[in-house]
Amino acid sequence: MTDLEPGQAAAVSTAHGVDDVGETTVGEVHHHMHGVSDTSTGLSNNKLGMWLFLGSECLLFGGLISTYMLYRGRVTRGPGPDQIYDIPFTSVSSFVLLMSSLTMVLAVASANRRDVRNTKLWLTVTALLGATFVGGQVYEFTTFYREGLGYTTSLFSSSFYTLTGFHGVHVTVGIIMLLALVGMISRDRVTGERSEVVELVGLYWHFVDIVWIVIFTLVYLIPA
Amino acid sequence: MTDQTLDEDHVIHTSDDREAHGPTDRQYIIIALILAVITGAEVVLTYIDVGPIFIPTLLVLMAVKFLIVVSYFMHLKFDNRIFSVLFYAGLLLAITVYVTALFTFRFFD
Repeated sequence: MTDLEPGQAAAVSTAHGVDDVGETTVGEVHHHMHGVSDTSTGLSNNKLGMWLFLGSECLLFGGLISTYMLYRGRVTRGPGPDQIYDIPFTSVSSFVLLMSSLTMVLAVASANRRDVRNTKLWLTVTALLGATFVGGQVYEFTTFYREGLGYTTSLFSSSFYTLTGFHGVHVTVGIIMLLALVGMISRDRVTGERSEVVELVGLYWHFVDIVWIVIFTLVYLIPA
Repeated sequence: MTDQTLDEDHVIHTSDDREAHGPTDRQYIIIALILAVITGAEVVLTYIDVGPIFIPTLLVLMAVKFLIVVSYFMHLKFDNRIFSVLFYAGLLLAITVYVTALFTFRFFD
């Protein structure tokens, strides 16, 4: 049991997580920003929930990727994967999404430093990079459609559009969350303990990025 | 820094400690550059003939990128192990279920 000096801005933890905050004077501690919460585990329930959600999302995307792998050779009519993919274009899109992970982590680092201006800046840049990626995906889908690859053209096209479309929806939801976050920060509605929300949105965004890392390799780079 | 040891495992971290915790902005940029280089290498591999090691190499590079983002950008390397357990349990379950399913459909034959 430890009493912290008022205003000391300290957080009690084990090696990155507390099992027992005991009688610590928690009122003086910025718990959530420092990875410590007033819960039985000492961990943020919101963060636990987010990681659990991301773990379950692995199952969702695992199913979609497996279905694509099974059906990518099933081309009864219309173009096949080898004929339609534009690797240089998709590589640039992948690079853009990868860099958005960098700007997102810089936003989280700025939020941890209570640097509101840079937090908003990096969140906005992340949203713009995400929008660029989604714009690229819309362009790609439009091009494929014009080349004769509709949603129901073949099992390959159905599984391809479903997989990449689901990912695109996730990126779009992420962009909405990022812009909403910028608005909330501007109105001083994300302060103190609630700053953890920047980290949570960041976790979601990085997850979207790692899913694309897998899709880029398995779908685009490895031939059918 | 004003660390104050409670016992072997329990440490009081100050805000300064926390800011020093995990990579710095400069390190994040270096990590992103590494990721970009790996992505470039993946793309280059698709244009040159490397024979039977093509797919294994791509899968290894993909796994490396995946682990770098999860460990450093998502902070799993520095965070509480419970978060790692939650995430990797889901990932492992997904891999097991779907690799089994793909075997069932003779995907690897």
